[in-house]
Amino acid sequence: MIKVNINKQLVSADSTFNLSLDFSVSKGSFVTIYGKSGVGKTTLLRILAGLEKPETGTIQVGNNFWFESKSKTDIKPQQRKIGMVFQDFALFPNLTIFDNLKYALSKNQSNEIITELIDTMSLSNLLKRKPNTLSGGQKQRVALARALVQQPEILLLDEPLSALDNEMRAYLQDFIIKMHKQYNLTTFMVSHDVSEVFKLSDIVLKLENGKILTSGTPESLFLEHTISEKFKVIGTVLSIKKTNAGLMVNVMYGSSVIQINSNEKETKNLNSGDKVMIESQLINPRIIKI
Amino acid sequence: MLDWSPIILTLELAVITTVILFIVSIPLALWLSMTTSKIKSILEAIVSLPLVLPPTVLGFYLLLAFSPESHVGSFLENTFGLQLAFSFTGLVVGSVIYSLPFMVHPLQSGFSSLPSSLTEASYVLGKSKIQTLFRIVLPNMKQSLLTGFVLTFAHTIGEFGVVLMIGGNIPNQTKLVSIAVYDEVESLNYDTAHIYSGILLVVTFIILIFVFIRKNNTFNWFK
Repeated sequence: MIKVNINKQLVSADSTFNLSLDFSVSKGSFVTIYGKSGVGKTTLLRILAGLEKPETGTIQVGNNFWFESKSKTDIKPQQRKIGMVFQDFALFPNLTIFDNLKYALSKNQSNEIITELIDTMSLSNLLKRKPNTLSGGQKQRVALARALVQQPEILLLDEPLSALDNEMRAYLQDFIIKMHKQYNLTTFMVSHDVSEVFKLSDIVLKLENGKILTSGTPESLFLEHTISEKFKVIGTVLSIKKTNAGLMVNVMYGSSVIQINSNEKETKNLNSGDKVMIESQLINPRIIKI
Repeated sequence: MLDWSPIILTLELAVITTVILFIVSIPLALWLSMTTSKIKSILEAIVSLPLVLPPTVLGFYLLLAFSPESHVGSFLENTFGLQLAFSFTGLVVGSVIYSLPFMVHPLQSGFSSLPSSLTEASYVLGKSKIQTLFRIVLPNMKQSLLTGFVLTFAHTIGEFGVVLMIGGNIPNQTKLVSIAVYDEVESLNYDTAHIYSGILLVVTFIILIFVFIRKNNTFNWFK
């Protein structure tokens, strides 16, 4: 169990507000922190990592207090069992990819974990290169692998996929899920992207003005009701076109485009770029093994 | 026959000053780049003073401080047996103060321009501040380190006012090249003055070319 109850005053360019959060998540959860920019999402990650200090409150991980303002407990980032992927990846430019991974090893830790991560993250052909010669997706994979070298209990991801194209996003989302399960991690991820939230997380914390507006499963937060006998996907509207048969809506889902016949009523308030849910009654679905 | 001792003495002084300043400036510049303390502005102004103050003024105050009759001077002489006025050690102390901004400024801007996520990533990976400084921070600001080294070295070679005030003109002890040139011109030995001046010109020019090649990446020699 991870229990967080913190208060911190945040000063931004045009406003000052209180970040005041109180939540608990069970071990092994995939938690997404969702909300507009400037509501304190990154600050929450930094507080969990020990890079920023709340004014009052507690952070309890299992039976240990990582932070407790009353007893002035504040465990250093070095001693918290966390892995963190920064928004700019923070790969060390002076070290090769292999040395970046090796740097993360703690004293007396064997090389084995690195070999394993290189294998699972498909990094073997990048090892001798320097970070500035890598593409965004490659940097992302290295940063994720490096964060896992010390075998942390908690993984913190700060909008890890925001700079990538859709195809690379989908590909890396799969890596993140794989790592989350393989290493029994409790993962906290900051994300803006609804489809990503749906695909990855168990729990969503929706933040607004420094408070948790709502929390729960992605379905309970983003869909008005949950109906399990329906097939549904979340996508982005690309275009709406008139054809002889009526209106045709093109929706981007992952890296594929779905065409859907629609009508004036359904598309009334719809513009390209909108997030939409496509649902369909599962009257007679077919499942084909591929 | 040319007396080489002023040249050797000058190079010796420049090397020692650069090394001392490097060691002193790392903590100072690191602190200045991170602090939000109120005394930051005062300290920055003190560090920058040698940039605007005439060297003779600095030399004058140092001379007064080094004199055995002053508190500082008598303390140093009684406690450490150090006589700083008109000695090579005194020149080193003077040079360190005189060239301070030339080392601190490049290092400070190097520290500030490094993304904070690099040091934070290192802390999260369990590495101490010292490990982070030596394995991540310094290796990623080589350009600033080089600029600091070279400017300090070159600036120490070019010193005249401070040296004249606190060092005088003692052969093999405080007679640097810049002083030797002045001396030779005074005695109308233009030939020797030419040789000393020429050597200084060539050496400093080569050093500066080296810096700018590195900065502009004209060649890939130093990568």
